[in-house]
Amino acid sequence: MIDFLLAPLEYHFMLRALVGAVLVGVMCPLVGAYVVTRNLAFIGDALAHAVLPGMVLGFMVGISPTIAAVPTGITVAMLVRVISRRAGLSADTTIGILFAATFALGLMMLSMSSTITIDVEDLLMGQILGISPASIYVSLAITGVVILGLFVFHHWLLFTSFDPVGSQVIGRRTHVVDYVLLILLALVIVVGIQAAGVILVMAMLVIPAATAYLLVGRFASIMMTAAALGTAASVTGLYLSFHFNLPAGPAMTLVATGIFLLVAAFRRKVFN
Amino acid sequence: MIPAPSYSDASMSLQDVTVELDGYMALSNVTFDVGAGTLMGVVGPNGAGKSTLFNTIAGLLPVRNGSVTLERVDLRRGALAYVPQRDSVNWRFPVNVMDVVLMGRCCRLGWFRRPGRKDRELVRECLCRVGLWDRRGALMTELSGGQRQRVFVARALAQEASVLLLDEAFSGVDVGAQEALVEVLQALRDEGRIVLLATHDLNNLARRFDQVLCLNRHVCACGAPNQVFTPEVMEELYGVQFSMDGEG
Repeated sequence: MIDFLLAPLEYHFMLRALVGAVLVGVMCPLVGAYVVTRNLAFIGDALAHAVLPGMVLGFMVGISPTIAAVPTGITVAMLVRVISRRAGLSADTTIGILFAATFALGLMMLSMSSTITIDVEDLLMGQILGISPASIYVSLAITGVVILGLFVFHHWLLFTSFDPVGSQVIGRRTHVVDYVLLILLALVIVVGIQAAGVILVMAMLVIPAATAYLLVGRFASIMMTAAALGTAASVTGLYLSFHFNLPAGPAMTLVATGIFLLVAAFRRKVFN
Repeated sequence: MIPAPSYSDASMSLQDVTVELDGYMALSNVTFDVGAGTLMGVVGPNGAGKSTLFNTIAGLLPVRNGSVTLERVDLRRGALAYVPQRDSVNWRFPVNVMDVVLMGRCCRLGWFRRPGRKDRELVRECLCRVGLWDRRGALMTELSGGQRQRVFVARALAQEASVLLLDEAFSGVDVGAQEALVEVLQALRDEGRIVLLATHDLNNLARRFDQVLCLNRHVCACGAPNQVFTPEVMEELYGVQFSMDGEG
């Protein structure tokens, strides 16, 4: 058992992957608690695809694709709200339009450049085993920003999430708080994709928070439990991938899904 | 014990208020005044514009013509509290009673301050006033309809609101809980606050209000219950003839 735990730590790439997995396992579920309870899963998925043009642009102008994708993610997140309000469309419809348009724009830009090659499989599955020290530092910084943002705006976020109309009346700042949440979501997705790929980011945004929602009652407890479950799932998945030669991202996703299914099956027992 | 602030200066006046929603006239030339210490029921059929009226007073909808004047009601300090319809609350979002009442302190705290001991003490008093301190740890979804409404009223108290707007507050609330809620609202009225409550219940509850506003996109009548509940007004409101037996 001790060998099982210690063997991967002899490799630098595994140490970096473990740190990356813990960071993704913490920051995604913390924001994911809002994604699940505010029905934002679709916007998360859309943002995960919409960062492609930003990444291509980063390659084109010679800057880090992660850094270039941050403004794209934030812009798309803001546009969802602005277009929904201005055009009177539902958020889902607006997200559907922007999702398709931005991903198409990214593919168009990719086809126009003969020098850039982005492996779609890498984008989907991520490269957590090949995560660079720079990506670790960026993930660490973003995790800090996300935790700080969620802590500072905690009461406003609770208010706008639970009672959007009442909060608009009391302070008329609902849109600002919503933008803060969307920006945090965009940051988590952009950084998470670079580290772990679209599939794992979406999995970590939704599955641990959904599991925690079944287990505990209060929102703050859901956030904490989701972060703990996300970390446990990503680290366990990484160990399984190392020992059984499995792809890391899918292994982490399936562990998280397994925990969810287990909890969902015994949910009645937990509450009784 | 935190001293109750004086609300006796607040007043509300609507003059010829017209509101258009998606090209149709939701409110037309609505005019009425409410002074401090008034408990007013707003009655009317579905689609009469009760929610539109409350949203307009709360500043959520633009006024096409006319004016809404709230004298000595500092909106920036949360002096206007809105208790929304059940449908507009995200019940999937898991907050407990204490969390919800603490939300009332948001406008006083600003962006970056977190609730302190005084805020929590005030919240405790507000919950005691509505009789729900013992349920402070319960999730909102675990409460009955009447208890939920009282939590929202406690939030308005924590907000130190001088004007309360309650939209369909009796919807899904049993008769006993309605009575308990009215008693709380009457106590707030006695402190000088303005309380407006939209309801469908004409017989039992509207008669316990100081004033009743009969609304059907325009003001059909406004005044004391025994003055406005006439067969003519009821016919104008609902389009059918009512028997007014037992009218008091």
